[in-house]
Amino acid sequence: MKKIIFILSIFFNFNYTFALIEVDITRGNLDPLPIAVSPLHVDVQSEEVNNIKVKELGSLISSVIENNFKSTGLFNPLNKDAFIQKPDIAHLKPRFEDWSLITAQALITGKLLVKDNKLKVEFRLWDVAAAKEMIALAFTTTPANWRRVAHIISDKIYERLTGESGYFDTRVIYVSEAGPKDQRVKKLAIMDQDGENVKYLTLGNELVLTPRFNPANQLVTYLSYFRNLPRVYLLDIETGIQEVVGNFPGMTFAPRFSPDGKKIIMSFAKDGNSDIYTMDLESRVVEKITDHSAIDTSPSYSPDGKYICFNSDRSGLQQIYTMNSDGTNVKRISFGDGIYGTPVWSPRGDLIAFTKVRAGRFYIGVMRTDGTGERLLTENFYQEAPSWSPNGRLLIFYRETKSGKDGEGFSAKLWSIDITGYNERQIKTETDASDPSWSNLLTK
Amino acid sequence: MTRSLIYSISFHVVMIALTVLSLPFMIRQPVDLPPIISVELIQISDKTNIPYAPKARKVIEKVKEEEKRVVSEQAPPAAKEKEKPDRIPLPKKQDEKKELVQKKQNPEEVKPEIRQASEFEKKEIIDTNQIAALIDKAKEETAKVEKKDNKLTQSSVKNSFATGLTLSEEDALRAQIFGCWTVPLGLPYDDDLLVRIKLELKQDGTISRSEILDHERMNRPGQKFYKVLAESALRAVRICQPLKVPTTGYEKWKNIQLNFNPTEMLKG
Repeated sequence: MKKIIFILSIFFNFNYTFALIEVDITRGNLDPLPIAVSPLHVDVQSEEVNNIKVKELGSLISSVIENNFKSTGLFNPLNKDAFIQKPDIAHLKPRFEDWSLITAQALITGKLLVKDNKLKVEFRLWDVAAAKEMIALAFTTTPANWRRVAHIISDKIYERLTGESGYFDTRVIYVSEAGPKDQRVKKLAIMDQDGENVKYLTLGNELVLTPRFNPANQLVTYLSYFRNLPRVYLLDIETGIQEVVGNFPGMTFAPRFSPDGKKIIMSFAKDGNSDIYTMDLESRVVEKITDHSAIDTSPSYSPDGKYICFNSDRSGLQQIYTMNSDGTNVKRISFGDGIYGTPVWSPRGDLIAFTKVRAGRFYIGVMRTDGTGERLLTENFYQEAPSWSPNGRLLIFYRETKSGKDGEGFSAKLWSIDITGYNERQIKTETDASDPSWSNLLTK
Repeated sequence: MTRSLIYSISFHVVMIALTVLSLPFMIRQPVDLPPIISVELIQISDKTNIPYAPKARKVIEKVKEEEKRVVSEQAPPAAKEKEKPDRIPLPKKQDEKKELVQKKQNPEEVKPEIRQASEFEKKEIIDTNQIAALIDKAKEETAKVEKKDNKLTQSSVKNSFATGLTLSEEDALRAQIFGCWTVPLGLPYDDDLLVRIKLELKQDGTISRSEILDHERMNRPGQKFYKVLAESALRAVRICQPLKVPTTGYEKWKNIQLNFNPTEMLKG
């Protein structure tokens, strides 16, 4: 009898536990997250610095952060005119009711102090609904670096709110173009990812193409002409020293660094046939990776350095192939209509970006590393050369407009697009631009 | 040999005797079988009908006495009186307000739509030229109903059996949270990203306590996306409060679990 009562009591207890109501929420809204970026409060003890308006620095930093977030398409920075609370008080203790009133779900506050030629910036990210602090950090640097501080803050907040690392404190190297279409002057240029701080690295005497950063963002490899032959060059950004890579008798092109930065992988053409080679930057040892009568070019390493994707026309049409880093186990992965080019392995390792040409139209797309799941993100008259953002979220590429008979109306601009296919936008550049390459994060 | 013969004969005799005794026509007529059956019936009715018998009598008496039959026949007031002990006692005025709110909370209830449709039907049937339109409308209505059925998830099916939140109440709650939940767009769609939040609610639908059931996962390395999703879900619930909950049966929905799963959305 006792046993029966015991069993019954267990049964009824379980029954009570399962009585909890469960509701599945499988949908939500895809609107960008409303975020309030309060201007940073400038400490009254701040000193004046040459060429910098210290009093406006708080607003300037917050506007850089705001622009960064707006450009992602994931956030909706709210209009500052609607802010009720003053920046200094908000940074100490936000009145969350005021911020939730303007529908802000996240709030960024901060303050800065310029003293002894040092800029100290601290910021806090608040969850308005939970009324709690999510992250708080402080940075000290020289006042001239205020833009980088804004980018670093943006990265930290982006990472905290999305779960993936940011891409704001990065640079883009590209080919700056000017002049008529048939007489273009092309220079190497470098800028912040938001188009600011442009610097030109070459004078434009020689044609330059396909610049690529090394993983440390210190060196750049690119193609230029040496004695009327296209050759791969190496340039140290800080010292300005450049050199020809390797002692190849013919032309070399399509260079790219290995993920550890110790090698350069590129194409070398001889007698009308091009194959893929690597060169160790320290020992200068050259290794032939592919050996085929077809044209093999545009090699790109996987982030772990174990595999390489490249272009080849060995099947008749230009297609994308993958292989082990020693050249074995070559597999064709693209099988769609049209021709495929410029494959680039994603920093996440899960996707390969490419340019596709079909029926006279150019597409930028992505596919899985085994060739499945091909998605074309954007289509246009002429566009190519995708390059990944360091977090593998965005692609930057260039797009040319159709020109008239005399070359009028021609332009080349940089564009970026999210791998979802949304948030396509033009990146502002001083001049026309092509062949962009995104750096890694400058601060890790 | 003789022994075995004796055993066989005696065994057969016993068997024949038993058969004879058990055969119905060999037995004498049973005595008073009907009364035994009637006694059993009385016992069953004694056990089962005790609480109802006095009520039935009262009802019968009332019916006989006056013409207040209509009042006594209306089941809903009687049922409400029964449910009252579950609720916290409130003034009558508030009860009236609650009824009004309940009507607002269930705008998608199927019943009113059907009623409206039937009214239209009555009007339109007069105009024979619009019979086709009427048929189309009927098709649309059935489609709507089917769509609603398709929305049912496993949990909602469970709920209808186990807990007592009606489907319309559950849909209203779900729709409310849909609007408040800003799904983080950068999430990978191939990860297991189910966030379960247990809520303890007040009677007005505000949250007295919230708990992420797998909260320890939030601080594990490599679980940044889960943390972001869990925070967004919690944010949604807080923004949404007071939640649209039924006016009755507080004890049933006092504790509620919300399962946030954006996988379908992210896959597109």
